[in-house]
Amino acid sequence: MISRLFKVQLAILLMAIAAVNVQANLFIEINRGNDNPSPVAIVPFAGAQGLPEDIQSIITADLERSGFFKPIPTADMLSMPVNKAEVVFRDWRVLGANFLVIGQMIPEGDKYNVRYELYDVLAQKNILTAQVKGGRNGLRDIAHAVSDAVYEKVTGIRGIFSTKMLYVQDLRKPSAGRYRLMYADVDGARAQVLLASSEPILSPTWSADGKRIAYVSFETSRPAIYIMEMATGRKTQMTHFRGLNGAPSFSPDGTQLAMVLSKDGMPDIYVMTIANKRLRRITSDHYIDTEPNWNADGSGVIFTSNRGGSPQIYQINLSNGRPERLTFEGDYNARPRVSPDGKSLVVVHRQRGVYHIATQDIATGNMRILTETWLDESPSIAPNGAMLLYATQHNKKGVLGAVSMDAGVKFRLPAKEGDVREPAWAPYL
Amino acid sequence: MKKLYSAVAFAAAFGLMTGCSSNKPVETVEEVVEPVAVEVVEDTVEEAVVIDTTFYFEFDSSSLTTAARAALMLHAEQLAASPRAVRLEGHGDERGSREYNMALGERRANAVRDFLVIQGVNAGSVETVSYGEERPAEMGSGEMVWSKNRRVELK
Repeated sequence: MISRLFKVQLAILLMAIAAVNVQANLFIEINRGNDNPSPVAIVPFAGAQGLPEDIQSIITADLERSGFFKPIPTADMLSMPVNKAEVVFRDWRVLGANFLVIGQMIPEGDKYNVRYELYDVLAQKNILTAQVKGGRNGLRDIAHAVSDAVYEKVTGIRGIFSTKMLYVQDLRKPSAGRYRLMYADVDGARAQVLLASSEPILSPTWSADGKRIAYVSFETSRPAIYIMEMATGRKTQMTHFRGLNGAPSFSPDGTQLAMVLSKDGMPDIYVMTIANKRLRRITSDHYIDTEPNWNADGSGVIFTSNRGGSPQIYQINLSNGRPERLTFEGDYNARPRVSPDGKSLVVVHRQRGVYHIATQDIATGNMRILTETWLDESPSIAPNGAMLLYATQHNKKGVLGAVSMDAGVKFRLPAKEGDVREPAWAPYL
Repeated sequence: MKKLYSAVAFAAAFGLMTGCSSNKPVETVEEVVEPVAVEVVEDTVEEAVVIDTTFYFEFDSSSLTTAARAALMLHAEQLAASPRAVRLEGHGDERGSREYNMALGERRANAVRDFLVIQGVNAGSVETVSYGEERPAEMGSGEMVWSKNRRVELK
């Protein structure tokens, strides 16, 4: 029985992956960049012409989207060096370039060995020489790997261009596949359908090792929490209680799942041991407690509660059960996520009736609003802590937005079809 | 039985109206059909009151309106006369976080359930499910749309 079910699910997943829908891809609109980005010249790589993916333009888009770089148009370039001997620094100084990226793609059987170099134009020296290998269908991975290396060398921060995300797409018309759980590159490319249903799907989230995801599906006509193994597509239903079954969150060590259940009356926070599905009740009161998210070391759970009269963020220490209120600014703070370094929160914050994404320093309590749109929700922080994805509306459609944690960089990832929402940025794999 | 009768009457009136308008010039339609249609429609309202099955709520509230209470008392009477399983689906508008809205939708469905139970409906026959903001009755934004989405549907 189990193996048959597993085969069916695997078949569905494989079918979904095979049917990679180009139209499902998101596309990017940059609406604001950093005030002072560093000009960079990315020269077309030798041997990259005529390939199914344009390596240069993928790297260019990555670096521009980061907000740290301002790519120089190819048409302005005075020379097209592919190796060190051909680099004339004067050609790049006159264009105002601070950095120069060159490279060549050497075919090795059915693979490419890509050698690339990064130059500091002002210091007139090579600061990085590296190689990356990949197949013809991994050209986007090759380009993102180059972007990651360049970004990290210049900023000192690990790049996120090779990372993935989940999001929910709603085609807005009743149909067998109206609600979709999607898996895509973080630039919106290579989108795949992980799950499609006539009933709502929500609250997708990753395990810390990126091997499993959890989500809520109404496929049984009631909400239930499921875990899916990414390698096999195998699904396991974790809950089917009366009332709410929602907001799953993996513990940092991956052994437990925090969630909201209302089986005992009001919505309360529970922690389930995944191996044996044993539940431990964490909160017990007459208020709404929901949206749990683990703190960085797994010693406590941060959640939304209206126990103080309006939704605010609280942290509960799992060893002594003591709750502590974390947010005080405004009358609506909900759906907390903790930054990878554990030092700050991101929340949905209401100000004068408008819903924004805000970040708060946990130690000082200082809050800063990061977004200017008005129906913002579901913030999800990048694994390098430098940026977050969120859901908002644009032209009457649900779209994904991204903003840097210093609010300097903003861009949108609208879908061609329906609404997209609830981005969940994957951890580093 | 009552419902069936009124549905037939209404269909007959509607059929008459559309039948006339397609066959006769516009001036005659206004003269001939209007009195007939009005008469039958009034009759329909008296014969079978269709009880509301959707109940609306204020923003961030799970308080039942006067209209909802009146309708639910009639539902409770019907359920006492002919018991059946009832499903209450709670919904919210799109503002704010999704899981918090899921909790608000449940609070609304529970408020309707509690009212029915006080009116004598067997609690065991009432199922509540919250859809939060996942299944709006109307797409779009603004109070006109939001007020239609903050609801409980009795099924």
